[in-house]
Amino acid sequence: MRLLIVAGPPSAGKTAVVRQLLRQFAGRCRAAYLKIDVVQAFEDEELAAEFGIPARKVYSGDLCPDHTGIMVLADALAWAAEEQADLLIVESAGLCLRCTPYTTQSLGIVVLPAISGTNAPLKMAPMIAFADVAVVTKTDLVSQAEKEVFREAIRRVTPGIDLIETNAVEGTGLRYLFRAVEACPAIDDPASIVLRGAPPLGVCTICAGKKEIGWRHHFGVVRTLEAADEFYRGD
Amino acid sequence: MEHIRIEKITVLPGTAKNGSPEPFDELVIRAGDTISIVGPTGSGKSALINDIEVFAQQDTVTGRTVLVNGEAPPERICRDPANKPIAMIAQTSKCLADLRAGQFLGMHCAARGLDPGQTVKETIALANEFTGEAIREEMRMTALSGGQTRSLMIADALLVSNTPIILLDEIENAGIFKDRVMARLREFDRAVLFVTHDPFVALLSDRRIVMRNGAVVDVLEPGGAEADALGEVAAVDARLHTIRERIRAGELLTGGL
Repeated sequence: MRLLIVAGPPSAGKTAVVRQLLRQFAGRCRAAYLKIDVVQAFEDEELAAEFGIPARKVYSGDLCPDHTGIMVLADALAWAAEEQADLLIVESAGLCLRCTPYTTQSLGIVVLPAISGTNAPLKMAPMIAFADVAVVTKTDLVSQAEKEVFREAIRRVTPGIDLIETNAVEGTGLRYLFRAVEACPAIDDPASIVLRGAPPLGVCTICAGKKEIGWRHHFGVVRTLEAADEFYRGD
Repeated sequence: MEHIRIEKITVLPGTAKNGSPEPFDELVIRAGDTISIVGPTGSGKSALINDIEVFAQQDTVTGRTVLVNGEAPPERICRDPANKPIAMIAQTSKCLADLRAGQFLGMHCAARGLDPGQTVKETIALANEFTGEAIREEMRMTALSGGQTRSLMIADALLVSNTPIILLDEIENAGIFKDRVMARLREFDRAVLFVTHDPFVALLSDRRIVMRNGAVVDVLEPGGAEADALGEVAAVDARLHTIRERIRAGELLTGGL
């Protein structure tokens, strides 16, 4: 199974990019989809209805959504395996721009709208710097010169990033993203997956830098995929 | 900066809005061509130049394919602005970048692999030939008017992007001095595609692409056949220009013209 982790600020077009991926790989891959959000999300129901794929969501409630994603990811991989998926797409809530939800053995995709301010990439630097691919959406709403200036702003955060510009609703230019997904190796050992970067220091084991995925490796406030709507205090 | 040498850009047909195939074999754009694109609003004129700008590979709403020198465009000209042979000035006359004009041009120079040095100053000076109210380096991009933004983008296309092909969406719209823009474009000897509703701009072009319902329905090559019409339209346009400038200057046009 391949793992794609899609992050980016709210309304950047993350789900529009996911839709294009599902359209492109329909028939060639069996995809599963997990949306992580804070209080409300509809993407799972929409994508399940549109593409007939197993899809679910998890609400983080009081917990940081990116931390929730890390907590439930091992369970999610097991769920996707049960569903016989060979592509798991995890979409972040896109609220904490400091966190980097990308793990090893995955393709990390950051989605950024071209209509963001020129300094926006610097403000979200960690989310961009640890990604493999930056997809710049809504390029149809800005001039070519602005698009090129925004690209330069991203390259100032991370010069070598694979940068793909698109109007994600139409899918323009996404051939380069499809190629990156095809080139992404499958997970070879789920138990050894860890976060690529350390999230900010805080009050939980993940904040403090423990990178293992799955609630079994953490203590304090932990959460399982099945009991996601209540606090669970671990074993 | 070295651009890949562009002999020609070829547009292969896609589909009209009703799904029927477009009735042409191919459109070829060569160095030095001036082409206008005409048709009612909503007929797909902007979509056509947008296809060229993004090097469409059946991945836009029109389903068209764009080739460079007869082949699929090489990746580096699609993805790296420093190698991109096309500059497009869209109808958007607002710039969202929270930068000063000088910083914006400086960053665009960096994206295009240029030393900003003199280029920023020259670009602003050229833009100020096209607009009635001068742009200064320290002005915020978001505070520029529609006409100032458009003027700056055209100057940027000529001096910063410095590409062999320029796509212009309705230059007549933003109240800039279009005659000066046309004169400069000729001087710089670029292939230019104008999306236009302006008779003078349309008649000045060597070829005219006619669009309807999302499709290219005709390509006219008038040769010299429209010379008389062009002369008359030029005179009408010059007269209108004088009247427009008098109105802009705050005159009352009493007692006829």
